[in-house]
This record gives sequence, C-alpha cells and structure tokens, in this order.
Amino acid sequence: MSTYRTINPRVRRPSSVAKPRKSIGLTIAMGLFLAYALVPLGWLAINATKTQPDLFSGSGLAFGDSFALWDNIVQTFAYNDGIFLRWLGNTLLYVVVGAGGATLLATLAGYGLAKYAVPGRKAYFAVVLGAIAVPGTALAVPTFLLFSQLGMTNTPWAIIVPSLISPFGLYLIWVYTLESVPKELLEAARMDGASELRIFLTISVKLLTPGIVTVALFAIVATWNNYFLPLIMLSDPDWYPLTVGLNQWSQQASGVAAEPIFNLVLTGSLLTIVPIVAIFIVLQRFWQSGLSAGSVKG
Amino acid sequence: MTALKQHAQAPERLRRPRPGPRRVRRDWRGWQFVGPFAFVFVFVFIAPLAYALWLSLFQNRLVGGNVFVGLENYRTALADPQFWDGALRVGLFLLVQVPVMLLLALIAALSIDSARLYASGLFRLVIFLPYAVPAVVAVLMWGFIYGNQFGLAADLNGLLGSDLITPFAPKWILASLGNIVTWEFVGYNMLIFYSALKTIPHELYEAAEIDGATRFQVVKAIKLPAARGAIVIATIFSIIGSFQLFNEPNVLNPLADNVITSYFTPNMYAYNLSFAGQQYNYSATIAIIMGLITAVIAYVVQLRGTRREDR
Amino acid sequence: MTNLKRRTILAGIPAALTTILAGIPAALTTGALAACGSSTEEAAAGKPADLDAALEKGGKLTYWTWTPSGEDQAKAFMDQYPNVEVEVVNAGTATDEYTALQNAVAAGSGAPDVAQIEYYALQQFSLSDSLVDLTQYGFADLEDQYTASTWGAVNLGGIYGLPQDSGPMVMLYNQAVFDEFGIEVPTTWDEYVAAAQALHAADPGKYLTNDAGDPGFAQPLMWQAGGHPYTVDGTDVKIDLQDEGTRRWADMWNQMLEPGLLAPISTWSDDWWKALSDGTVSSLIIGAWMPGILEGSVPDGAGDWRVAPVPSYDGSPATAENGGSAQSVLKQSKDPALAAAFLRWLNSSEESVDVFLGSGGFPSTTADLTSEEFLSVAPEYFGGQKINEVLVAASENVVPGFEYLPYQVYANSVFPDTVGTAYTELSDLNAGLTAWQETLVTYGESQGFKVN
Repeated sequence: MSTYRTINPRVRRPSSVAKPRKSIGLTIAMGLFLAYALVPLGWLAINATKTQPDLFSGSGLAFGDSFALWDNIVQTFAYNDGIFLRWLGNTLLYVVVGAGGATLLATLAGYGLAKYAVPGRKAYFAVVLGAIAVPGTALAVPTFLLFSQLGMTNTPWAIIVPSLISPFGLYLIWVYTLESVPKELLEAARMDGASELRIFLTISVKLLTPGIVTVALFAIVATWNNYFLPLIMLSDPDWYPLTVGLNQWSQQASGVAAEPIFNLVLTGSLLTIVPIVAIFIVLQRFWQSGLSAGSVKG
Repeated sequence: MTALKQHAQAPERLRRPRPGPRRVRRDWRGWQFVGPFAFVFVFVFIAPLAYALWLSLFQNRLVGGNVFVGLENYRTALADPQFWDGALRVGLFLLVQVPVMLLLALIAALSIDSARLYASGLFRLVIFLPYAVPAVVAVLMWGFIYGNQFGLAADLNGLLGSDLITPFAPKWILASLGNIVTWEFVGYNMLIFYSALKTIPHELYEAAEIDGATRFQVVKAIKLPAARGAIVIATIFSIIGSFQLFNEPNVLNPLADNVITSYFTPNMYAYNLSFAGQQYNYSATIAIIMGLITAVIAYVVQLRGTRREDR
Repeated sequence: MTNLKRRTILAGIPAALTTILAGIPAALTTGALAACGSSTEEAAAGKPADLDAALEKGGKLTYWTWTPSGEDQAKAFMDQYPNVEVEVVNAGTATDEYTALQNAVAAGSGAPDVAQIEYYALQQFSLSDSLVDLTQYGFADLEDQYTASTWGAVNLGGIYGLPQDSGPMVMLYNQAVFDEFGIEVPTTWDEYVAAAQALHAADPGKYLTNDAGDPGFAQPLMWQAGGHPYTVDGTDVKIDLQDEGTRRWADMWNQMLEPGLLAPISTWSDDWWKALSDGTVSSLIIGAWMPGILEGSVPDGAGDWRVAPVPSYDGSPATAENGGSAQSVLKQSKDPALAAAFLRWLNSSEESVDVFLGSGGFPSTTADLTSEEFLSVAPEYFGGQKINEVLVAASENVVPGFEYLPYQVYANSVFPDTVGTAYTELSDLNAGLTAWQETLVTYGESQGFKVN
C-alpha cells in the first residue's frame, strides 16, 4: 500500500493524524448514535418494571405508578409451571450443542480450505455462498418434510442440526487462517512427522483462538436469536427456545381466550437479552481481535 | 456428533502410512477438515434445495392430487404481479436501507477509529448491542414504540400538535421497517468496518503525518481503501439479508393490519403460499427464483468489488 | 409424537443418521404431500360402545389447545379416568396452531389426538381428510345439548368435532363515555353510525369503535346482515361477496370507514388494550366471550362497561357467531376411540364445562345457557347488569345458514391484500370485496375446486 504518497504535502497539521486529540464535538455528535441504539432498550427496561394494568395506562417512556420489576421477574419464572426456565434451558442446549458444533465445523472447514489445495475448493465456496442466497424461510417446508421423514421434527435435533452450518464462520476462519497460520510452521511440524490432525490440534488451534472465539460468538448469537426454524419445526412448547416462547406469550393477548401478559413478555424479553449481552461484554477482547484479521481481506 | 468425527478421521488413517507425491496426498487430506462441514451442509442445505427443485416441477391440489407440470410454476411466477410487487419492494428497500445503514456504520467506525472520541470503547459496545437483541424482541419493542395512539409516536405527535408521525401508515411502513433493520444491524456492520480499520499499521499514519495529510485525506487515501474488502463483504451480506426480509414484517404484521400484505416481501409470499395456502410447489418455485436473483446480484457485487481491488 | 419426545437426546442422532439413506428417497417420493394423499389408513369403523371400553382400557393422548382452562380440564379428566393420561400442549394460538397442524398432516406424523380448531377453519381440515367423522361413535345423539349455530358449525356432512364454546356477537359499550357525550345506546345501525359521527365530532380523539380491517370481524358482520357469500357443496364452491346481505353490511360500514369514524387500531394490539382502558374506543361489536376478558384485562374500565344486543338493520334482533372453537379428533390418532371418549367428556360433561365456565368462557351447551345460576350473574364490573341474559338472548338470535369456505384460513390470509386496501385508503369496501372474490376464485380453481 503506497497510496499515502499521493497526499498533498503542502497542508501541514502536525500531531493530529497519528496522535489526535479528543474532540467534544465529535463525541456529542456520536452521542446521538448512542441514543439511537439505547432508546428502545431503555424503553424495554422501563416497561419491564410495570404491572400489566400500568402498561395500559400512562406513557411508555415514564415509569408507572408501580415498580414491579422484581415481581415481574418472579412471575415470569413462575408462569405456567415455570415454562420460561425450561425455555431458557432449551436455548442453552441449542446454543451449547448447535453453536459449539457450528464453531467446530466452520473451524475445521475454513482451516482445511485455507491450508490445503482441496479439490473443488472454489466450487465449495461458490456453492456455500449460493446456497445461503436462497431464502431459508422458503426452504423451511422442504426441510420440514425431510426432517419429519427422519423423525427429527419436534426434537432438539431439528434445531441443532441446521444451526451447525455457519457460512460466515467458514469464511472468517478461512481468511483468518491465511493471515495467522504461517506455512513454514506447518512444514516444520510435518518434517517432524506429526499428523495433519495433530498439527491442527497442537499448533494451529492456538494461533486461531481469537478467530474461533469470534465465530463462536456469532454462532451463539445466531442460535440464541433463532426464531423461524424452531417456529416451524417444533409444536411442543417443551422444546421451544426463548424467542418462540416469548412470541407465543405475546400472541396470548389475542382472540377468544385472550389473556394479555405483556408485562411478562417484556420482562421475558429483557431477561433474554441480558445473558447474550453479558457474553459479549466479557469476551470483548477476543472477538475484536478475531474480526480484525477476518475483515482485512474481502 | 461422534459419527461425524469418525467420518472425518477414517480417510486419514487409511492414508497416513502410504507414501506418495505430497501434493496429491495433501489435497485429499484437506477433506478430513472440510468433510464434516460439507456433510452437514449437504444434509441441511443441498438436500432441501434439491427437494425444493423437485417440488417446483409439480402442482398439488386440495382436490385432485399431485400432477407433474414441468416448468409451468416458473412461467406462472415470472408473470405473477404479486411476486414482482414484493420483489420490487425489497429492491427499493435494498437501494435505500442498505446504503444508509452501511454509511452510518462506516461513519461510526471511522469516528471510533479516529481516536478522537471520549470513551470510544463505550461507543463501540453500545452501538453494537442491538445486534445481540433477538429480532422478535426488537420488533416487539419497536412495535410498541411505533404505536401512534400510545407509543413514542403518539408522544411526539402530541408534542408537535400534529398527527404526522404514523409509522404504520402504508407510505411509511417500509421506512419503519428499514429503521428496525438498521437499528439491528448498524452496529454489526460498524464492527466489521472498525476491525478492518484496526489492521492498518500505525506507521502508515505517521508517514501520512510527515507528508502533512489532513484527516479527511487520511480517510480517503488510507482508511477507505483498507476497508474496501470489508465493505464488499458487508454489502453482500446486506443484500442477501434484504432479499430475505421476513422476520421484521412478519412479527410487525399483527400491529399493522392490512398494511403488510401477504406478498409484502417475496419471502413472506413464499411463506404464506405454503403455510396458509398449502401451495408448497409454487412456494418452492418462488424461493428458487428469489435465490437465483439474490445469488446473481451478490455475485455481481463481488466481481465489481474485487475488480476495483485489482486495479 | 410421544415416542419422539421420549427419545433421549443422545439416542436421537445416530437414529437419524441410520435412517437417512432410507429417509431421503422416502421424502422425495412423498410427492403425495397432498393433504389428502397423506392421511393415514382409514380408521376401522368404530361404534359407540368402543368409547367406554377405551376409557376402561386407558392409554395416552395428546391434546392441542390454547384455551386457558385446557390444563385444568385435562386434570379433572385424569382424576376421573386414572387409566388415561392426557398431555396438554399449547402449540400456538389459532393460525399458529393450524400451521403446525397442517405441517403434521402434510408430513403424515406429529399431529395430536385431539386439537382445538375454530369453527371457521373446521371445514378446511375436514375437507383435507384430517379429521375423524365422529358419527360412528354415536355423537349425533349429542346434538340437542348444543345451540343450533354451534352444532351447525361442526356438522359438516359428518360430525367433525364437538363445540367447546360459542361467540354470539353483542355490543359492549362504555357507559361513562356515552353519558359524558350524551349518547343513547344505539339499537339500529343507522343510530350506531349517527352516534359514531356525534362522538367523533364532539371529541376528535374519541371513536365509537375500532376496525383496522380484520376478516375474523368482517365476516360475522356480513353474516349478521344476512349475507351468505359462500356456498359449499362438496368440491363445488360458490363465492359471491356482493350478495344482498354482504352489500348491506358493506354499504353501512362504508359510512363508518370512509369519513374516518373507525379508529385505525388493530384489535388485540397493545394500542387497542390501551384505547379500551382510557375510553378512546367506547364500544365493541364482539363475541359473547369478551366480557370475561375485558374484566380480567382492562381493570380501569370497572363499573363503566355495559352489554347490549348488536344493532340491527330493521329493528328485529339478529346476530352472528364471532369466534368460538370446537375440538376434533385427528385421523393420525393411534387410538381414535379413546380420543373421541375424551372429547365427549371434554365438551359435554358437566365436570368439564364447569371448569371451562369458571375460567370465564362462554358455553355452547344449552343446559348451561338456560341455567338460572348462569343467567342471574350480575358482575360489578358491568355495574351489576345481568349480562348473561343479554348474551344468552344473543345466542338464540344467530342468523342460521352461514357457511365458510373450505379454504378459509388461506382466504383470511389474503384479506389484507384486497379488502385491506379499502381500510388503509378509507375507500369503498365493495371494491375490496370484489378483488377478494377474484383472488378466492382463482385460488379455489388452482386447488381443483369447481368455483362459481
């Protein structure tokens, strides 16, 4: 990269490009951005403190007459024999097995594509990209019929198996491997007679860790937020993940047997967001460096 | 899972002792890594896709059963005004929402990367947060906020003494959806751009400083070229996302009776055809056509993106 | 389904993998995805005596419902028949459940033994041969237990379910708002339209009622106006959404819609509940099941609301069914006799109906509708009004003979595409109805029906 040479040499503004000072103006301008991101979340947090009657009276952006956050949380977990806890457990199961498996498969495949002249490598990526362009929702019916032939619908496998594929993860690991696993290191290990799998497990995995954590995080978010697939595949609420369960609660406010529990829907939504946000904050360092290498090449 | 691992290991055990030309051996060894992904991929993507292709050649009736019709469904789809209405709508969405979102993401990434923000770590995290919110929850929240009787929209109208802000009105609904999608994904794209910017070696900035470059020039000559790859990838993913628009309009639907039609987006059309209309065959046809259109556009964008890089 | 559920997680995948080779070709040749093609083998004809024998023998049943009292009813049943185990599953409300049900029917497995199905969708499921005709178990004898309109809804050339509840339409109105603006309770639609004009003129923030366009509301109104838009005879279907009665409704409702007298709030939305709570919307034309829901969910309205008959066109009482469900036995059931026995208990035994009524449901059984105890209920919420007298009177005035389409679930899903436009543009409903009719005719023909 030699583009910097074209820069006009007449303008001289020392100590601003490489070592800039903080700008209050820019910070305030970006504060608007921050507000945009936060207002809906703030709205959710405020309204999760209201009782059901309070929700139907008064403004959405002010606290109600009551502060019932704790009551709402207790009710959320107690409602319908504690089904919310069950949904939380299901979600965790799908995340651990689904996102874990997705990370494993994407890591192996991305690494394999980057470090070996795999026959059909170009076709492989083209097919993967092409396949994700087909609307998943519309493939839902064929997938459903296929899975029901195998007796997989209404079991956790119907959710887990499709979540094992993360095309973005594959891509990220591919690029990350090119960046961070030097060929010479692998050659040296081969000279020592190590098997390919051993080389991968002992050398490459360590170098790939930030990339793997990043892929894992995105797979976790995708699985945690998965809505459409479980909606189609599951009819038994005992296997629902949180997203589908919450939507069912929200639907309860309509029709002949209407029983609005918006307060539980909102509190449940808040509780659904908290763990995933916590994971992101805790693992911040890893995923940021993982993405850095991933996105430098198009 | 164990079955998958065995599948992966078997070829390796067979081949390890066999000496031979290294290139050939390595080629096939790669498959022990690529194989498991490929196996599951075939199962959850290729098989249903093939099945959808098969389905698209038939017509099935509530009365009368299943008939082979060849390409009849494709002919119908290509002349189906509802399909094209939805396709044009996502096309419009794509042309407006994606550039706005990516531009906002780029501005945010550049600002955070400029090191001129106070508490830039906070900005980075908070702007990214909405990405972690499940689409269902996001739409539920925005739906409440949009309520023009009692939501934030109503509060704003009250403040302005008008009834101009009607997010559920037919002319605004696409913008309202665009806002939700932007809110959800701007942080995600910001992070991809930011990460690309982070990889620029610091020496480059020092060199630019010696040359006396302005901030704007640094952005134009160093930062944007460095982020180009990331921009191309983000664009492709956004195109795919726009064409598959479904969750947001579908969850918002009960709140905006009659504004969101059953063919609002091609994906909703395909969904309603199969789940409300039991027209599995025609639905599969729509899915395949939409997939082809998406793939072609994504491919063109990728080609253009890489060509510029080669220049 | 129960075996699948029992299967442990670890056992699942190898099983799936081993069946994969056998499964894929099987799936591919299931070109007979057809709802009709996929029905399992015809259940051997049963007889009434089978039911008691089945209850004696016992077994396991799965029951899909979204009725809040479903769980308690099943418990009461199991107390009485300890050999039978009923698993209650909430597989989604209304259309969500139908999606799951249709998927299970298409897949040939995964359907429950007994499912709740709203009256309007019953014909669709019976036509696709998914439901057991209960005539063989002597259910015809139960006819005199139910109101004529609900029995008519399950008796579709075979008895495809037993009525759980009914929803004869009544008018709920907010007396406090009516008093404040000096509005008399309207008894005819002309008066109703006039009241809507007066109220909205006096306070532009207030509406007499809301309607953002909802097929589940529009069709009962057509019904009440004497409309008979659908005529179904096997696979011959006649659609006329411009018949005399339907037009009568559309012309009247145009007077509400076009000048903007209908609050554009979707029924059941968060905004709607708030609008009922603060008096923005001051009356509802809705099923008799609504008073219980209103009392439970809009506590702010306590003491303000009253119940009255639906306004009429010519002064003589007439109403229609709005909502209400039956329970049906699915053909996929492994033990249809046991399922039928449970169903018979569920919707005709006093023990079960009492649990249902206790949760605020509105019955379809004439014995309950005419009981002194039921009629004398006078809730404080409704200012001590004996509301059930009004509701029961409504159940006796349902206009007979209305039919739904054999593809009504689909029809409702495309309502927004056609009639919906009239609602968003505040334009003539008749144009929308004509467009809807065209869509329905095309769809019906594409599905092999003989239409018009």
